[in-house]
Amino acid sequence: MGKKLESNFRNMVLVLFVVTFVASAAVGVVNTLTADKIAQAQQDKQVEAIRQVVAPFDNDPLTEADTVGTPDGGELVFFPATKNGEPVGTAVKTYSNNGFSGFISIMVGFNPDGSIYNYSVLEHKETPGLGSKMGEWFVKGAKGDVTGKTPGTAGLQVSKDGGDVDAITAATISSRAFLDAINRASKALAEKQK
Amino acid sequence: MNNWQNFTKGFLKENPTFVLLLGMCPTLAVTTSAINGLGMGLATAFVLTLSNLAISLVANLIPDKIRIPGFIVIIAAFVTVVDMCMAAYIPSLHAALGVFIPLIVVNCIVLGRAEAFASKNKAIPSMLDGLGIGLGFTMALTLLGGIRELLGSGKIFNLPVYSDNYGMLAFVLAPGAFIVLGYLIALINHLRKTN
Repeated sequence: MGKKLESNFRNMVLVLFVVTFVASAAVGVVNTLTADKIAQAQQDKQVEAIRQVVAPFDNDPLTEADTVGTPDGGELVFFPATKNGEPVGTAVKTYSNNGFSGFISIMVGFNPDGSIYNYSVLEHKETPGLGSKMGEWFVKGAKGDVTGKTPGTAGLQVSKDGGDVDAITAATISSRAFLDAINRASKALAEKQK
Repeated sequence: MNNWQNFTKGFLKENPTFVLLLGMCPTLAVTTSAINGLGMGLATAFVLTLSNLAISLVANLIPDKIRIPGFIVIIAAFVTVVDMCMAAYIPSLHAALGVFIPLIVVNCIVLGRAEAFASKNKAIPSMLDGLGIGLGFTMALTLLGGIRELLGSGKIFNLPVYSDNYGMLAFVLAPGAFIVLGYLIALINHLRKTN
């Protein structure tokens, strides 16, 4: 190995400048190469989620999306789905802050009559093996099936609170938060369509 | 030490997880499943190989007093590149690993190898050292993730082995990480002593 560059002021400033310059140039190049791909991947994910939760459609719900703020600072996004110009349902990106570990984001789809078509959990931090089961617990045919139910403005509740939805075993708080998100979406949708 | 030893020491003799006990934070946090462990390990191995190579090439040009900030900037650049590539091409894994990819920057294995090996050795041995340590880390994380996934949710690489109703939930949670890691370290120590 050769001799190290001396640690004097000029060398240090110069070297750090060159290192940061080269590093940021490299990151910049990769960013321009991947930025489109990343945006595309995120869009695909959203379209995929919408496709899962509403009846088959042929429009582009992303361009017709409507974002509505809520009083507590969150926001709901409505994605209207139509087929041959006829509405077939609405996907709503909704949320709840009452999860066992806070924030939960859910995409839920409603039929034109206000009943639930399907849902997809976009983001959560619930306990693995307990609350994290919400992705499969409430689907069609499963124990806590919510599909086909109409929350309306009254909302769905877990059986412990007098409702008719079976909560996830040992994860009532997560289940309540899940229904909270769905009810929020349903209520806002009903108000929007009034 | 020859090149072969530089490469293989990362697997057992100087395994970063089981022997050096470095990088414990990602080790314990992301190994809830085998695939997460594998992804995290490979991302780290990639960064480690490239950063070791780059640092060994420029080590003489970086004055001693500013070597740490210099190394960190180089490492951070590679990590950001990996982060962006992952988000673009394998978004599902990127989502599962979350904040732990950017945190490779502060993973003490990467800086540790830069400081202890790459800054004092030539390019080829440094690269092999990075690759070996990186693969040793990958192996450790995959093993840990596989055991936790099997005991906790009855699957390996998402393939069901037995019904997850019988899974021991604790192994997917944080305490399980400590328990499995402890037993694995004991086992590796035993192997190293008898060898």
